[in-house]
Amino acid sequence: MAESSVTTRVALAGNPNSGKTSLFNALTGAHQHVGNYAGVTVEKRQGRYGHNGRRHDVLDLPGTYSLSSYTPEERIAQDELLDRGHDVVVVVVDSTALKRSLVLLAQLMQTGATCVLCLNMADEARHAGQQLDRQLLSKLLGVPVVETVGHRGQGVDRLREAIASVAHRQPGPSRVVLGERLDRAIAAVGLHLVGSEIPDEHHPWVATKLLLADPLLEERVRRGPGGEDAIGEAARQRRSIEAEVARDIALYVMECYYGFVDGLLRQTLVQPPREDARALSDRIDSVLAHRALGLPVFLAAMYAIFWLTFTAGEIPMRWIESGFAALGSSVAGLWPVGSSSPLRSLLVDGVIAGVGGVVVFLPNIVLLFMCLALLEDTGYMARAAFLMDRVMHRFGLHGRSFVPMITGFGCSVPGIMATRTLEHEHDRLATMLVLPLMSCGARLTIWMLLIPAFFAPRWRAPVLWSIYLAGIVLALLLALLLRRTVLKGEDAPFVMELPPYRLPTARAVVVKMTERSWLYLRKAGTVILAISILMWLITSYPKAPGGGAASLERSVAGRVGRAMEPALGPLGLDWKVGTALIGAFAAKEVFVAQLGIIYSVGETDTDRGAERLRQKLRRDYTPLSAMSLMLFLLIATPCMATLAVTRRESGSWRWALLQIGGLTLLGYGVALVFYQTGRLLVG
Amino acid sequence: MAVSELKPGQRGRVTHVNGTGAIRQRMLDMGILPNVVVEVERHAPAGDPIWIKLQGFQLSLRRKEAEAVLVAAL
Repeated sequence: MAESSVTTRVALAGNPNSGKTSLFNALTGAHQHVGNYAGVTVEKRQGRYGHNGRRHDVLDLPGTYSLSSYTPEERIAQDELLDRGHDVVVVVVDSTALKRSLVLLAQLMQTGATCVLCLNMADEARHAGQQLDRQLLSKLLGVPVVETVGHRGQGVDRLREAIASVAHRQPGPSRVVLGERLDRAIAAVGLHLVGSEIPDEHHPWVATKLLLADPLLEERVRRGPGGEDAIGEAARQRRSIEAEVARDIALYVMECYYGFVDGLLRQTLVQPPREDARALSDRIDSVLAHRALGLPVFLAAMYAIFWLTFTAGEIPMRWIESGFAALGSSVAGLWPVGSSSPLRSLLVDGVIAGVGGVVVFLPNIVLLFMCLALLEDTGYMARAAFLMDRVMHRFGLHGRSFVPMITGFGCSVPGIMATRTLEHEHDRLATMLVLPLMSCGARLTIWMLLIPAFFAPRWRAPVLWSIYLAGIVLALLLALLLRRTVLKGEDAPFVMELPPYRLPTARAVVVKMTERSWLYLRKAGTVILAISILMWLITSYPKAPGGGAASLERSVAGRVGRAMEPALGPLGLDWKVGTALIGAFAAKEVFVAQLGIIYSVGETDTDRGAERLRQKLRRDYTPLSAMSLMLFLLIATPCMATLAVTRRESGSWRWALLQIGGLTLLGYGVALVFYQTGRLLVG
Repeated sequence: MAVSELKPGQRGRVTHVNGTGAIRQRMLDMGILPNVVVEVERHAPAGDPIWIKLQGFQLSLRRKEAEAVLVAAL
């Protein structure tokens, strides 16, 4: 059958936790693309599939509980539905939480969308003994009703059939009955919308929103003919209703929606789910969410995850390391020994070393993402958020911020990517921006060099501990500051659903894990490649005869380091550190290697080489200036991978630049105050 | 009394849903409406947030959010 040129545009809507994304994956397979909605942290997931020779484009709308206008997710969902003309809207519903989900369906139907009701997690509903008369429900709603088990890929073909069957249906009158009084009010307001730019099928929804005095829709309507009249009528109706029912309109409207849904379920819900369907899950929670036991268990689980990722990841890491080293030598071998060809240097020292430095962490990253996916898909993440919220909220963050921040102790990149689990933009941004303050694994290589160089054995552990602690404290304080200034705003609702524990399918975990690991790799391939080359350029040129330290001094990086010296002086630092810092922008581990070059100590990754470097450092710096340097490295200049992923996850350069600018300023300030105060006290 | 005052294991029938803005809307969206029965399952360490059961599913609310939901104890 020849492919039709008509594309069917499908949108997936539904509550968070309804398994919508698994269903999306099952529908679109590998043909998907994840980005961000412009300027916001909300993920935009699109994909496609073919059915009966026709192409279907699928958009996975952000998970929403309703189409209000309060959160960015809801606004985006609403805009998509009102503006972009999707042919079919599939409402994905957790079959075990029907009532609430059907309210969303009712709202979507009011927008005139052609809907398909997808009863997802049908296996759980059946297991709980729920019986629903699907045919009757379908008849009453005028909408196909399909059962699916998204994370197992069951029912997906039926879903595609249902989508195709309604795809080019003309919008008809809304079947949503909200009660005589409200329906009358909606119709009255709707009259004034006739002849406006708003399509007829949107009228019931728009009228309802005007009754609710929704500012975004009032704005929309005001711009067109009849707009002011509609708004005026809505105000009249609202006053009248509120007087009659003695409640505010928001409550009344929601009660009407639930009334409609209750009516539907009374007729179609033959057997409600058993009360004890969640018994096992609840028993597990009596331990994991226990007021006293919950936190220790959680902290132990986090520790176990880190232990796992770092030990199990050790061996593949070594392989990759040797792999890249071998690659480096064989490429270098293409030129005669001792050759100083720029191309060879570019490839070996720039590209291979730079990219290799990031790819080497891939095993850790993959394992970490696997553990995070497991935490999320089992539902344990919600319990962790419940346990941690009090502390996190004190600092303007969210219970769900904890796991991404802890992840940052390994590497900021997966940590920042993990902020996707945060539903609200301000929480997500605040967490993302302060995350680099969590002292990462790369910085550890620097601490391991500097601390033994300047501190006696009995001070070493306390100093290391104080650095980590400083990072945590600063992160929390900075988050608080952000929430009071740049990210000021009404507190987002915490009201968080606690789904029953679920056994994730291997497939779902693997999909999540590979998607995120692939993103990490792609970053290595693009941004880091570009910056590695840039770093190589500025640290290699211009050259001095004899190479080595003199050459580095002569290069652009060296000159920039020298130029920075006046600024670094008050911190107790000099140009050598400045030059090494530039390299550290690429990746923090590079700092040690660059210092090695400046001090003409090769092989800084061997014990002997490191010790020689320490001796030289001791001649130039004091414990005080070393501490100042460490504070600066902790706080300022997040590495380029961090910058790139912040840009990506936040949806704009603005936040990434704020992050690097703010942290550098903060780092400078803290190091300055520390060093100068220290000088005053110690002399 | 407010939901925040109920002890773990106690139930109440919602009488009023106070509060404003996004938080109130979210509670309404979740089905926290007058005449609905809620049961407090547990509190987090330090008493905040609060884990409740209603209408066949389970939610957690911050103490401040729970203070806005008034119930008649059952």
